[in-house]
Amino acid sequence: MGALSAVFGAEAVGEATAASGWFLENAWLIWLFPAVSFLLILLFGKRFPKGGSEIGIFAVGASFVFGVATAIQWISEVEGGGSKGAEGEYALGAGALSLAAEGESSGGVSAVSRSITWLTNGAESIGAGILIDGLAVMMIFVVTLVSLLVHVYSTDYVAGDRRYTHFFAFLSLFTASMLFFVTASTTLQMLVGWELVGVCSFALIGHWWEEKPNSNAALKAFFTNRVGDMGLIIGVSILFFAAGTFDVIGVNEAALNGTMTHTVTLAAALCLTAAVMSKSGQFFLHTWLPDAMAGPTPVSALIHAATMVVAGIFMIARLYGVFFEGYSIGGSSLNLLALIGGVTTLVGASLAFVQNDIKKVLAYSTISQLGYMVLALGVGAWTAALFHLFTHAFFKACLFLGSGSVSHAVHSFDMKKDMGGLRAHMPHTYRTFMLGTLALAGLPIFSGFWSKDEILVGTGGWGFFGGTDANGSYTIMLVMGLVTAALTGAYMTRVVYLTFFGEYRGHGTPHESGPRITAPLWILGSLAVVAGFINFPPGFQLVPESWREKFFQWVEPVGVSYFPSIKHATPSWSLAIVSVIVALAGIAAAAYYYFVRVRAVSPMATELPNGPTRRWVLARAGHSVLVNKYYLDWLYTRVIVGFVKGPLAKGTNWVNQHVIDRVVNEVGTRSVQAGNVVYHKVDQLVVDGVVNATGKISDASGEELRRMQTGKVQQYAAIMFIAATILAGIFIIVI
Amino acid sequence: MIAEHVAFGIIAAVMVAAASRVVTTRDIMHAALYLVIVLAGVAALFLLVGAEFTGITQVLIYIGAVIVLFLFGIMLTRSDFGDNEDTDYKRKFPALLTAALLLAVMVVALVDRFGTEKLPDDLSPQTTAQVSDELFSQFIVPFEAVSVLLLAALIGAIVVARREEGG
Amino acid sequence: MYLNTMLLLAAVLFCIGVYGVLARRNGVLVLMSIELILNAVNINLVAFGAFHATVVGQIFALFVITVAAAEVGIGLAIVLLLYRNRRSINLDQVDLMRG
Repeated sequence: MGALSAVFGAEAVGEATAASGWFLENAWLIWLFPAVSFLLILLFGKRFPKGGSEIGIFAVGASFVFGVATAIQWISEVEGGGSKGAEGEYALGAGALSLAAEGESSGGVSAVSRSITWLTNGAESIGAGILIDGLAVMMIFVVTLVSLLVHVYSTDYVAGDRRYTHFFAFLSLFTASMLFFVTASTTLQMLVGWELVGVCSFALIGHWWEEKPNSNAALKAFFTNRVGDMGLIIGVSILFFAAGTFDVIGVNEAALNGTMTHTVTLAAALCLTAAVMSKSGQFFLHTWLPDAMAGPTPVSALIHAATMVVAGIFMIARLYGVFFEGYSIGGSSLNLLALIGGVTTLVGASLAFVQNDIKKVLAYSTISQLGYMVLALGVGAWTAALFHLFTHAFFKACLFLGSGSVSHAVHSFDMKKDMGGLRAHMPHTYRTFMLGTLALAGLPIFSGFWSKDEILVGTGGWGFFGGTDANGSYTIMLVMGLVTAALTGAYMTRVVYLTFFGEYRGHGTPHESGPRITAPLWILGSLAVVAGFINFPPGFQLVPESWREKFFQWVEPVGVSYFPSIKHATPSWSLAIVSVIVALAGIAAAAYYYFVRVRAVSPMATELPNGPTRRWVLARAGHSVLVNKYYLDWLYTRVIVGFVKGPLAKGTNWVNQHVIDRVVNEVGTRSVQAGNVVYHKVDQLVVDGVVNATGKISDASGEELRRMQTGKVQQYAAIMFIAATILAGIFIIVI
Repeated sequence: MIAEHVAFGIIAAVMVAAASRVVTTRDIMHAALYLVIVLAGVAALFLLVGAEFTGITQVLIYIGAVIVLFLFGIMLTRSDFGDNEDTDYKRKFPALLTAALLLAVMVVALVDRFGTEKLPDDLSPQTTAQVSDELFSQFIVPFEAVSVLLLAALIGAIVVARREEGG
Repeated sequence: MYLNTMLLLAAVLFCIGVYGVLARRNGVLVLMSIELILNAVNINLVAFGAFHATVVGQIFALFVITVAAAEVGIGLAIVLLLYRNRRSINLDQVDLMRG
């Protein structure tokens, strides 16, 4: 790569080059465009001939152009090894270690970082700014591209909607927030962006809030995310107090160079993991994501598949130093992050089987693929995770928009009741959907194949596949990944059969959607095919060497101080072949069941009258567990909420009624009794008065305590004052 | 110096006495009038320690506006004037206990911490100009926030107290 | 003059106010007691301002006066609404918070 960095072999202190370039240094413009557009649409949108959508498209288009320009500048910096003479202001990564692996010369082009002082509190000044490196550039490209296509698609899909302008305003705000999040240079900014995308998600899921299920889904998404947001706030606070800075680079450096103790790093990583679990739909906080499909389909494609839900993935990748050190990812064989990812990918894939709503299948599929990414980050396959994020954004957006196109034609999302045989009616949708499906299933050539294979290799499981140099030996994760690969192929085959094959079961004659819907589909469909070519594995002999591993070189920060030195697994042909065979087996099994047996029995029937679930008890039990989503919602609403509302509240009440009351009464009566005993036994003249007073005070205070449970505000105020007084007294005595 | 002490003693005694009446009198109108005495005493104290602007504001806002508001409240809710059995709870013991406990803790803390601290001998008045300089430079943001709060409270009070249409 | 003379007076006023808040049944009288509490706080703020020879104490007292005015407005509106709905402003009849 770089002329500057002729540093081969082991650790050598080289001078990291700071990238520079007008677009790189002014990347804040990228999120400013849609932010301004949000305000413009809100204020003036309705006066525009197209209801404000043209402002949104223009702004996001401008962001996309700037994003591409930024990417080009970044790539030229990386390819050229960076230009020297960057101003000191930008060279934050100076003095970075150059950890060059064999065969890779890497000079470490450090990130472009610019910041202004946001607020000063005492000696502490908090900055805000942009941090542009390969990761941010990649995210900017994905977000702006998908957002632009979704904007175009939406002008047709939500045409004539009662809140058309409002819809585009929030799309703009979402795009701005997400771009703000991915370019953030401090953890505080990330927190702001994180919350903002959550709000947009809430507003757009509840876009048709007049219908009760939609507003419920929006609330569920919001509240579930709040659980994780607490984790993020606590995690960011821990990192601030441990590292002494909010700066992303500073935090990562502190985690890597041992400024933070391992325990603190682990605690921070655990808190941040909670945030990832909610935002990125990881098991067991994933339940909001399928419900979020209540929103308009373009929103599902943009927010709940391609961009917002990967915020968690991005956050792990951005603060990878913390996660890498906290979970001791290198050289291990199991950690929490990998386990969460593995379980999620299996849970999501298995739940996708039993959904009849086409969008819900895709939602669970998204959960499953997000699980893949978390798994990859958990096993140290950083580039593989982000590569999968990159390809997944395109093929999943393609699938979602395709399902939207289908539902636009048949006015329903129910595959069993209203779809079937659409292949003939909607050729464009069918073809692009197939491209997305093949990419998702991970068949060779298609983009999902390259990224999924890289993740599987990165697990480093089972040395006999010939893969070497992984960060650990995560055999369990490899097994989970392979099983999911089979499941993925199978459930997508089911979706394709139910939607596009067999007989049409809906009403009327469906028509192909207009060009504003099919054009984005074709763009995303083509990307679903070719996006994987950006990162051919190093040993791939069919293309010249300079074409290989481009994504890795452009995105992964190598040789800078804020990124851990991770190893890169060498891919093996045998694992690639095994994974393809597994995926094909899944597809073949499902295809045999649907295309041969079901079709033979009756083209209208969507399942066999004596299918496996009807014949085998075990299969039936499994099916009902899946239909009930592993009883997680039941667990949350009935068991947890129910426990708090029912037994816990009742128990507290019982304790109030029986224990406290009784104790109070007993104290009163016993005191009176004791007083009587003493009266008779001890000298009446001296002790009499005291004892009686004690009895009476106990009795009276018992009465007063009993009166506490009346629901009267002033009594609560009295208790509050007394408690505060007692606390103050304790403080005075102690201090 | 002596005059100051005497003035303070008189004001303090009047205030405590009036305040006690505010919370014990059975006539709600009397309570409002005793409250005026307490508020005027507070204003006098402010003037005594040189807080001119705040003292005058106290008179304007509290005695001028808040008390009028209270009187309106009393009228609108048609509370019975004169001796009224209904103003207090029958059982005053817990309230008395709470207040006494609180007072004990505060007195102990104050004597312990500020037992020997003296106010400056020359309590030269802090001028309105000083107050405004500070208020509109360093405290401009809280000032604006309080303005918004007042507006919100205004709207809130109207919304809460407004009679429903036809109701 | 001792700083404590002011502070102790404020403490006495504060506790009288607390007693009023707890012992009074009539809503308007409770609001008056709250005013006593707030004025006690103001005395403290101004006294400390004089003690440290700064106007900041006064400024905070001004803020408290403003907030107190808003609080009285809202409080009386609520009492009014209560009266309209229940023909009484006795707070012991407001026990909707009972579990």
